[in-house]
Amino acid sequence: MANFSEPLKLGPYEFNSRLFVGTGKYETFELMQEALEASGCEVVTVAVRRERLYDKQERNILDFLDRSKYTLLPNTAGCFNAEDAIRTALLGRELLDIEWVKLEVLADTKTLLPDPLGTLEATEKLVKEGMTVLVYTNDDPVMAKRLEEVGATSVMPAAAPIGSGQGVLNANNIKIILERANVPIIVDAGVGTASDVTVAMELGAEGVLLNTGIASAKDPVRMAVAMKHAMEAGRLAAKAGRIPRKLYATASTTMEGRINA
Amino acid sequence: MINIMLNGEPQELSEGIDVSKLLQDLKITVPCAVEMNKKVVPKALHSATIISDGDVIEIVTIVGGG
Repeated sequence: MANFSEPLKLGPYEFNSRLFVGTGKYETFELMQEALEASGCEVVTVAVRRERLYDKQERNILDFLDRSKYTLLPNTAGCFNAEDAIRTALLGRELLDIEWVKLEVLADTKTLLPDPLGTLEATEKLVKEGMTVLVYTNDDPVMAKRLEEVGATSVMPAAAPIGSGQGVLNANNIKIILERANVPIIVDAGVGTASDVTVAMELGAEGVLLNTGIASAKDPVRMAVAMKHAMEAGRLAAKAGRIPRKLYATASTTMEGRINA
Repeated sequence: MINIMLNGEPQELSEGIDVSKLLQDLKITVPCAVEMNKKVVPKALHSATIISDGDVIEIVTIVGGG
C-alpha cells in the first residue's frame, strides 16, 4: 500500500499521528488507556491540579500513561487569567520536565470561550520563557495571526465550544485562518463525532485535539478507532484534493456509443 | 511555629522546615511540583528552600484533562 505519512513537526517534536487526545472524563484509567491505544495518538493532554494532601487517591494518572509511547502535553485548563495560566504552565513544565504547553486562558465558566487579551499576554510571556506554546483560541483569523506573531508554535482554533460536540461551526473562519497561517493549525475542542475530525482535516488543519468526543461516547474505545480512521481519511482527502462543487451533474460514464444515439 | 497557606488552606508548621521535609511529612509519593509565593521551586532546590512565616505554597500533580 502507498505510504502517504508525513510527520507533524511542532517545535522540537515530531509526530506521525495528528490526533491529540485528552485524558479527562474517562470512567476508569484502564478505559482511558484502552481508548488512547485505539486512537493511535502520540500526544495526550493532561492537567495540573492541587495534590489532595489529606484525602489521597491511591492511583495517579501518570502510572497509567506510558511516557515512552506518549508525549504528555500539560494544559492550563480552568485558568481565567494570564497569570494563573502562566503559573500553571510553569508548574506543568517542572512536573513533567517538558518544555511545552497547551495554553488556555478562558473567559468564563459558562461558555469556556477563550479570553483573547489574556491568551495573547500569556502566549507572549511563555514564549519568552522558552516554552513551545500551542495556544487555544477562538476561530478568529485576526487573533490567530496575532498569536502567531508573538511566537505561538501552533494556533489551535476551536471548532465549537469545549465539550459541546457541535463540530466545525464556522468552516469559513477556519479556512481563512489556514490560508494565512505560517504555523501549524490544530483544530481543538467541540468535536462530537468522527466526521467532525474529517471535516477539520479536509479543510486543511494539521491536526485535531479532542477529549470529550471519545471519553464521553457510549463506547469510548470504539469511538477512538473511529476518530483514528476519520483523521486518516480527512488528511488523505485534503492532500488528494477534492473536486470542485458544481451546481449541475457531470456524467461519469461517457455519452458516446449509447445504443439509442 | 509559623503560619503558611498550603494549597489554599491555612497550616501551622514548625520553624526551619524545607520543602523536601514538607513533602516528606505530607507523605507525598506521587510526582508533584511545588510553587512558593507564585514562583516554581525547582526540584533541585527543594532541600535548600526553607519555608517562612506567611509563605503561600502550592503542591500540584497531574490529573486527566483535555
